[in-house]
Amino acid sequence: MIWLDQVIQGTLLGGYYALIACGLSLMFGVMRIINLAHGDFAILGVFAVWLLVVQTGISPFLALAAIIPLMGLLGWALQRWVFERSLRAGPLVPLLATFGLAIVIENLLFEAFGADTRSLAPEIGDLAFDSWVLTDRISVGHLAVLTFATAVVVLIGLHFFLKWTVLGRAIRATAEDPDTAELVGVNSRAVYALAAAIAVATTAVAGTFLAMRATFDPYSGPAQLIFAFEAVVIGGVGSLWGTLVGGIVLGVAQSLGAQIGPRGFLLTGHLIFLVVLAGRLFLSGVDSHAVLRRGLPGLNRSRSP
Amino acid sequence: MSLLAVEQLDARHGLLKAVRDVDMHVAEGEILALVGANGAGKTTLLRTIAGAHHPAGGRILFDGRDVTTLRAHERVARGIALVPEGRRLFAGLTVEENLRVAGDAGRRGRWNLEALLEVFPMLKARLKMPAGLLSGGEQQATSIGRALMTNPRLLLLDEISLGLAPLAIDNLYRSLTALFSSGTALVIVEQNLSRVLGVATRVCCMLEGRVVLETDAKLATRQQITDAYFGLRQDALREMRS
Repeated sequence: MIWLDQVIQGTLLGGYYALIACGLSLMFGVMRIINLAHGDFAILGVFAVWLLVVQTGISPFLALAAIIPLMGLLGWALQRWVFERSLRAGPLVPLLATFGLAIVIENLLFEAFGADTRSLAPEIGDLAFDSWVLTDRISVGHLAVLTFATAVVVLIGLHFFLKWTVLGRAIRATAEDPDTAELVGVNSRAVYALAAAIAVATTAVAGTFLAMRATFDPYSGPAQLIFAFEAVVIGGVGSLWGTLVGGIVLGVAQSLGAQIGPRGFLLTGHLIFLVVLAGRLFLSGVDSHAVLRRGLPGLNRSRSP
Repeated sequence: MSLLAVEQLDARHGLLKAVRDVDMHVAEGEILALVGANGAGKTTLLRTIAGAHHPAGGRILFDGRDVTTLRAHERVARGIALVPEGRRLFAGLTVEENLRVAGDAGRRGRWNLEALLEVFPMLKARLKMPAGLLSGGEQQATSIGRALMTNPRLLLLDEISLGLAPLAIDNLYRSLTALFSSGTALVIVEQNLSRVLGVATRVCCMLEGRVVLETDAKLATRQQITDAYFGLRQDALREMRS
């Protein structure tokens, strides 16, 4: 029973990982930028939310709604003035640029807010600890379920946006081939800026849910980046549903690990990440040969009327 | 007034000068065949006109306005479209999505999905299929269709029969008859001389980055063109030395 409980809690935790991972996945999928400042964007966003909450006394959800467009604007501006320039200088420079940005954000937050650990849990009242009792051994927290539901809604929203809207199609076309997208009339720079805006805006959501469940300080970003990165790799780069699966696998592994021993939480998470990574590398080697052997007849078959 | 005017255009790939001091004009509704050997600079010239390649010098005027510094998507908005060499479809998008991306981003006009499917009926059954799974001929039709969806006034076609089976090429050119008589100005790069001379009104031959022959397609003899193609004409040789 205790194991089933851990699987359920791990799955719900996976919702948070999917939430923080989807922006990272989007940015890598569209612009081929590995954003090392991704976790720090989440923390920057949550500091903005926290500031708004303590200054005005409004609900964190209302504050988040106000901060999301501001974070989107930040993403747009960074793409226009930092990432776009660094992309022109080769694949390594964006990595360095985002690494530098991470350090700048962390230390600016430290300068402004100090090293205190904060949380949004006191601001959300009963939601922080209320739960539904399923059996006498298993209960699920309202907040955990809300986090998971938010992740699913964000992912469905992103999926429909990319699949069915004019802008979404333009983003997918540009992600595949920016030069050709330009040749059919798509403003690739504007598309990149839009994708960056969406990616950075999602970090504010993830950061706020992190802060409601746990604590944050100016240097909390890198740990969140690692979880996001692991979820993206486990689920497969560029696949939104894969990101959800990856988040859940990571969350369940961590929860089961924590059940085994007090140090198991992080360790099993990293281990499952390494196992999946190794498996992917191994399988991709085997797969390409299989495609050469078996894939082509299949293609021919689907072609003939 | 000519629709497109290229003036003293230079374009480079690093140290290599691919296009040298090219002057070229395309009038409204004209079909210009651009021929030349591999590496003569045809593709670079088309890409520079479309805005996919930055010129090292010279000017490009479209409809009397200087477009040299405009980005590719801004030139699409003015009415220049390129069917790139190698088709360059968005392989993960469906055929319909490939067409719609261009239709949404380009100009409004007579070309829409319905008009296009009349020209390329073979795409009708393929609309929901990922573009990467099509046959070569279907991919080329999609690529041309995608460019047409932007409703260009000038369409640049780069090696549209490259890598296609003879039968597929016949089909493609038959489909394009409507395009040839539509009044859209065309620049066609093609290896197959007889095929392109059949539809062109004027011929330009490039050799090592320069235009070495420019003549009316009806007046040009095959000998004239092949000589220019291989650089055998005396004045062409003189021009190269200078």
